Amino acid sequence: MTRHVEPCMGTVFTIDIRDEGEWRAAIAEVVTWLHQVDAVFSIYRSDSDISRIRRREIGIADADPLVSEVLDRCLDMQRATDGFFTARRDGAFDPTGLVKGWAVERASRLLLERGSRHHAINGGGDIQAVGGTAPGAPWRVGISDPHDKRRVVATVSGIDLAVATSGTAERGSHITNPYTGQPAAGLASVTVVGPALTAADCYATAAFVMGTAAAAWLDAVPGYEAILVGTDGSAVRTRGCPVR
Amino acid sequence: MRRVVLAVVSTAASLVLLLSFKSHGSTATATPPAAVSTATTSSGSSAGDSATSSAGSATSTRRKTTTSSTVTGTAANTRYGPVEVRITVSNGKLTRVNAVEYPTSDPRDAQINAYAIPALSQEALAAGSANIDLISGATYTSYGYISSLQSALDKAGI
Repeated sequence: MTRHVEPCMGTVFTIDIRDEGEWRAAIAEVVTWLHQVDAVFSIYRSDSDISRIRRREIGIADADPLVSEVLDRCLDMQRATDGFFTARRDGAFDPTGLVKGWAVERASRLLLERGSRHHAINGGGDIQAVGGTAPGAPWRVGISDPHDKRRVVATVSGIDLAVATSGTAERGSHITNPYTGQPAAGLASVTVVGPALTAADCYATAAFVMGTAAAAWLDAVPGYEAILVGTDGSAVRTRGCPVR
Repeated sequence: MRRVVLAVVSTAASLVLLLSFKSHGSTATATPPAAVSTATTSSGSSAGDSATSSAGSATSTRRKTTTSSTVTGTAANTRYGPVEVRITVSNGKLTRVNAVEYPTSDPRDAQINAYAIPALSQEALAAGSANIDLISGATYTSYGYISSLQSALDKAGI
């Protein structure tokens, strides 16, 4: 087992590789990748491509090619969520809501290409896991209770899974409803589980914005299941989310 | 597309395992990951254990000696200022986590930290459930806290 913790993008990334062997070089590549993503996409860095685009100093065509890739993913996810996920905030392009999950999913793919069959990457609570903790042994992911961080509200286990949670984080509600401009209310957190983290993360954000109506909406999303925690602490699961 | 196999296991009050302090195999860059992991039941200690938290002489008759030490992590610089974490270890087990220094200059920082740091401390302490590999949640953005905690844990040799 090889683990590495990397502070980046204002949070902490944990890379957990369960394959035998020597993974230092692959981990170094992942770390470089994460910092590259931060350098291109951080809205807190004045010299990032995104900041320069937002100041209209450069266009998307002049920016790092990753920007147009991310823009395409943002538009895909905006369509897939009926506009409840958006990369536009206060009139400016802001893909922050997609970038972390996308970066983790890509980092996981990089490890896969380097031969890893059993690993998980956790980017500030958003997880892409490949294989299991060992052949045939599922990853067990605790979902943090939004009302009491000492507890978990549920445990999801699986092979090859992504888990993303959106909610009122420690910095308060930072997700706004693109239709009303108001902070999202109605739910304490939404966790979405499925094969790929970029989509899981965007679905979680969109569902959090939708509020209590999200359970029915998520039921219709193929391949993804969810656990919604209400502001009263009640937990609801989508129909396909098997409970044991 | 790979198939997702998932099962949601019961809810209830299993405790969170966020950081793990044991590094298995080091990696090239930086800190070995954290990984708190203690026994399944947070007890193992009988009723008289409530006195233990303040270290010193534990009263439990079963236990021979309580060795307790306090270690302060290296201050981690963040955009908002330095964060420094102090831990108390009793009998090889983390019993207390405190942020001894954190940014409070800006009222908003103070507000954030007043909430976030106790939450993170509890998470770090709540080592309980050994049955969880990872935690998903809209949680930890406080990497200054985590990196100082990690250095304290490294020094303590847990």
